[in-house]
This record gives sequence, structure tokens and C-alpha cells, in this order.
Amino acid sequence: MTVTLRYFAWVRERIGRAEEQIDLPADITTVGELVQWLKARGPEYAHAFAKADVIRAAIDQTHVKPQAAIGGAREIAFFPPVTGG
Amino acid sequence: MSVSVQAAAFNIALEVRSLTAGRTDIGAVVTFTGIVRGEAKGHPITSMELEHYPGMTERELARVEALARGRWPLQGVRIIHRIGVLRPGEDIVLVVTLSSHRQAAFEAAEFLMDYLKTSAPFWKKETGADGVGMWVDAREADNKARERWESA
Repeated sequence: MTVTLRYFAWVRERIGRAEEQIDLPADITTVGELVQWLKARGPEYAHAFAKADVIRAAIDQTHVKPQAAIGGAREIAFFPPVTGG
Repeated sequence: MSVSVQAAAFNIALEVRSLTAGRTDIGAVVTFTGIVRGEAKGHPITSMELEHYPGMTERELARVEALARGRWPLQGVRIIHRIGVLRPGEDIVLVVTLSSHRQAAFEAAEFLMDYLKTSAPFWKKETGADGVGMWVDAREADNKARERWESA
């Protein structure tokens, strides 16, 4: 399954790109598993996700928890806690 | 549309007038404006850059507005959040709430800001006098402010 990953703020800066398309391995079923898989992709990902419990995620533009099922997601985003307002 | 994400400055008086024009059922208007401070953690800043997640931002703001409308009898809501590079003293965000009576308008404005600050996907980066940009950390106080509505 192909999924678009999007990164924002310092997660984007550390990874060095704003978005990418990946072929999701069949054994990755939750957002938390995806984070662990991404961390192993290279030092920039390991750096971005070093404090995995700080990173927030959204599936198809809705906030989700790490245990959320990826299901048929088209777009998964990772970002720091929000600081607007 | 009652939610806008834009680089341009906003005019509070014009926004309020467009919401109240021709109506006689509104007894209270509350506006909240967030402004860029000239210092962060005791150090002067020269600018602040606001990044956001296009699409999700508008969805989250609309969701938060719907939550507020479900809790208070509101005759109107307007949310404007600016993006891009802003200087100290410039406006960042505007929330306007309209109701028949002031309590609903006051409470809903505070609720909207507490939810916006903890769920709308915006990120601030402040640039100091040395030209170095620093991402703003989320504040635990903002989470606490939101949580009190969840138990209320």
C-alpha cells in the first residue's frame, strides 16, 4: 500500500523533506509501528523520532494516538505538539 | 466561511461589523486577539514564523467551532489565524463570538482559544537578534487550560 507521509516544523527540518511516498510494509499496522520502522530508515529519521513520545500524528488530517490503526490511510502526518494561537 | 487561515492582516472592527450588520438578536460580542510578543524567555525576538498543515488546519478550526456551538447558544463565530512571517506587535489570531448574552460569548471565546492552541496544527518559530530561529515549545499550561473544559 502506498501512503503519503507529511512532516511539519522541526520534524520536517530534521528529516530534510516535507513529504514523501512510501510503500507500507504489510506488517506495519499502527502509527506507533510506523514510527519504529521510520526510525530505522536512517540517521535523519532516528534524530527526528528520537523522542517518539513527543511526536504527534494525524491520519488523513485527523489527530490520532500511536496505537491507531493505519487501515486504508492515504496520508499520515508527523509533527511536534502544536503551538498556534 | 467563519474560519480563515491567511497571511494578510485582519481588521477587527470590519469583522465585527460584518457579523452584526442588520441583526438585532445579538446582545454580546467578545473578541480575542493574540499578538506577537517582542521577547521570548527573556530574549528579544525580531520575527515569528507560523507554519501550518493546510487542509487539516481548516478542518480542526471548523471542528472546534462546532464543539463551541454545541456548548453555548452562539449567533456567530469568526476565527482568523495568520501564517507566514510576523513581527512583534502584529496580530496573530482573532476569535469573535456573538451571543444574546455576555456569559456565553465570553466562555465560548475562551474555549475556542484553549482548543485552538492545543489542537489546530500551527507551529511557531521565533527568530532572535542573532538571526537564529527557535521552535516554540508547547506549554503544559495550555493543556491544563483545555482539560478544565473536558471535566466541566
